[in-house]
Amino acid sequence: MSAHDPKIAADPSRRDFLATAGAGLFVFVSAKSLRAQQEPGQLPGRAAGYATDLNAYLKVGADGRVAGFAGKVELGQGATTSLAQLIAEELDVALDSVDMTLGDTDLCPWDIGTFGSLNIWQFGPVLRKAAAEARAALLQMAAERLQSPVERLRVKDGVVTDSADAARRVTYAQLVEGRRIERRLEGVAIKYPKDFSVMGQSPRRKDAVDKVSGKARYAGDITLPGMLRARILRPPARGAKLRSVDTSAAEKMPGVRVVHEGDFVAVLHEQRDLADRALEAIKSQFDPAPAGPDDVTIFDHIQKNGPKPQTVAQSGNLAEGEKLAAKLLENTYLNSYVAHAPMETHSATVSIENGKITAWVGTQAPFMVKPALAQALGVPQASVRVIAGFVGGGFGGKTSAQQATEAARLAKITGRPVQVVWSRAEEFFFDSYRPAAVVKIRSGLTAAGRIAFWEFNVVGAGDRNADHFYDIPHNLTTSAGGWQGGNPPGMHPFDVGAWRAPSVNTNTFARESHIDALAAQAGLDPVQFRLNHLKDKRMIGVLQAATEKFGWKPAKGPSGRGFGVSCGMYSGTYAALCAEVAVNKTTGHVQVKRVVIAQDQGVTVNPEGSRLQMEGCVTMGLGQALTEELRFANGAVRNGDFGEYQLPRFSWVPKIETVLIDNAELAPQGCGEPPMINVGAAIANAIFDAARVRMLQLPMTPARILAALKKA
Amino acid sequence: MERTISFTLNGKPTQVSVDDERMLLWVLRGELGLEGTKFGCGEGLCGSCTVIVDKTAVRSCVTPVKDAAGRQVITIEGLSQSGKLSPLQESFVKHNAFQCGYCTPGMVVNAHALLLQKPHASREEIIKAMDDNLCRCGAQTRILDAIEEVAKGGAR
Repeated sequence: MSAHDPKIAADPSRRDFLATAGAGLFVFVSAKSLRAQQEPGQLPGRAAGYATDLNAYLKVGADGRVAGFAGKVELGQGATTSLAQLIAEELDVALDSVDMTLGDTDLCPWDIGTFGSLNIWQFGPVLRKAAAEARAALLQMAAERLQSPVERLRVKDGVVTDSADAARRVTYAQLVEGRRIERRLEGVAIKYPKDFSVMGQSPRRKDAVDKVSGKARYAGDITLPGMLRARILRPPARGAKLRSVDTSAAEKMPGVRVVHEGDFVAVLHEQRDLADRALEAIKSQFDPAPAGPDDVTIFDHIQKNGPKPQTVAQSGNLAEGEKLAAKLLENTYLNSYVAHAPMETHSATVSIENGKITAWVGTQAPFMVKPALAQALGVPQASVRVIAGFVGGGFGGKTSAQQATEAARLAKITGRPVQVVWSRAEEFFFDSYRPAAVVKIRSGLTAAGRIAFWEFNVVGAGDRNADHFYDIPHNLTTSAGGWQGGNPPGMHPFDVGAWRAPSVNTNTFARESHIDALAAQAGLDPVQFRLNHLKDKRMIGVLQAATEKFGWKPAKGPSGRGFGVSCGMYSGTYAALCAEVAVNKTTGHVQVKRVVIAQDQGVTVNPEGSRLQMEGCVTMGLGQALTEELRFANGAVRNGDFGEYQLPRFSWVPKIETVLIDNAELAPQGCGEPPMINVGAAIANAIFDAARVRMLQLPMTPARILAALKKA
Repeated sequence: MERTISFTLNGKPTQVSVDDERMLLWVLRGELGLEGTKFGCGEGLCGSCTVIVDKTAVRSCVTPVKDAAGRQVITIEGLSQSGKLSPLQESFVKHNAFQCGYCTPGMVVNAHALLLQKPHASREEIIKAMDDNLCRCGAQTRILDAIEEVAKGGAR
């Protein structure tokens, strides 16, 4: 541990861990070698605080089992398995002997959180380096024990053998048994892909049996002795103020406890549904929320109330570009607020015992929840332990944890453990939505069918991947406001935040729709038109891989076939997607029949896990493309349930084929979000190809498609 | 009305004294301590809380506990026998038919009920029977594959 690292030094729980971790291998290594794979410029600014002591990440027990620790969280993406693969690979132990503990702030090293497709891409090198250095230290110890030169030693499944004398062997377990070792090693290399035996494989997921048998425990499944389950009185709209409340009927209900502090009114009971009944028995009146925009006026609203646009990218000179243009094309693309809607609503169970706060929280970022709880309760961070066990989906919506603060507050007031599990209506109401956005693109084509200039202005979504990768001489890309916050007050009438591939879904939908429209204007096949403007070999590679697998035959659009294509990049990964749709011109219903998705994500750690992410993104992406949008007015949500807000269903799911580009030249990149980014545009382009209507707004609902068909 | 309700739960005779209008989900998760059955929406719209009552899949969040009286109730905990996964559960594992796992108990139980009634259900029948069970992670294709394989083999 480096005492000079302010983040680690300020976090006493790290010292607690080292003091209590007990017997096992303790190897101290230098910080520099860990950081070498982790250029700060590649990381989000806040992520510079990874523990430098490899003991924080793994421990070889006296029984030979390896305990792995990471501040990451299992959201369903398979982190429990893929992170164990990294350790097993670099340490040369059997994958089955690695037990991962994730998301426990008392046991695991600090981590920024599980989002941005960072697990393998950014955290992976840190974990691999720690395991590689542990292996090197163990080999050094084995060399001393066996009196064999290190060069002659081989390791398999945690057994070190002298290659010149097989009788000389010792296990990792024997090396560490009952001893505490402190060694520092410099510059230990991680393995090359050609030497992988565990990475690159698709083993049975470590969370599989627990999940199919109902044993997996989520934050709302924790039951503690004496625990109360709470419901909290909520306003009918954002900004509505509580005028009067009468809790007398609830107070008379057996077993009900009422908490009323200012505007905070909660009812608690040992059984959840009886707390629900108590909440229903509360009579309350709220002043109406201030008038605000609704889901139709929102697009004007964010443009009027957005900040000054910032330049994201600029090259050439737009005025010069316009002189080159024979034809102009200008379109405005819209998308609505979209909810995360994880199947597990925000959940937390909090106990306070002898000043120690233990919080089981459904969160993507336990190390962010920890200081938030400490602050809410006015206690030092060292008193707070956050445990994010299994989390029932996040998608960017579970980075903050208001429900944990609520449970902690109620646990303090009542003196009993308290569980807060949001209702589905609360989940929709308090979500930090994907922001509504407006993208205006102005462009021109030369007489020869090349894009002469490109002016892209996004309002509301954010600037990630707003810039394009096409060969266009004159460009300006600007962005005003976005999901990251810092927007002028009232620009977005709700909380907005990261929604799987934040900004990038919006920006890719607009860009790739517009490229398609330009291809049609040029009278060229949309794949060929893209290739004409591409120089980046990785992008050309994924586009060709997708179209080849799809069986794309060149034709200018609209061809009537219902084929659409889109390509994009995010978190170091390149992706291209082809879709085939059928449009019912009577009902406006779109059925996506087939999707081919090709991805270049560098080295693939777990092919099956990657395919699951790709299929999951395509399926989830159907919702924001076809049905999902928040309906609201004056701060009140109008469709906050699964009857009105339609998630993708089994009957919608197309045949999905995935292509993983073998790219051993590049370290593993992000995989959890990039497959999502092309779904909107590929479907929009396929609808254009099928029905000759250019859909400019997501979601492309039957009503919008019928309206477009009528106008055409 | 508070009364004693008797039913068979995962093969075992079970009695619970509760207000009989309460929903089965909360009695299962609360008084009976079976937390494999999940709360997703409370309105019968997502399927996370699916259990089987007399061979039929029901949404336990909208099924009063009195409706279980005298019947056979099966939850996700009742599908594996002495720690051994059922063929359907094994198939879910094999096909990676889950991600976050929160909807999974409801998916497995709903599919189990389908196969009790139609052991050789076709893909179309499977899609129809599963269509009101929601999965936000997008594991649908794998879930269909997992169920279809069991339907083709006939075992549950």
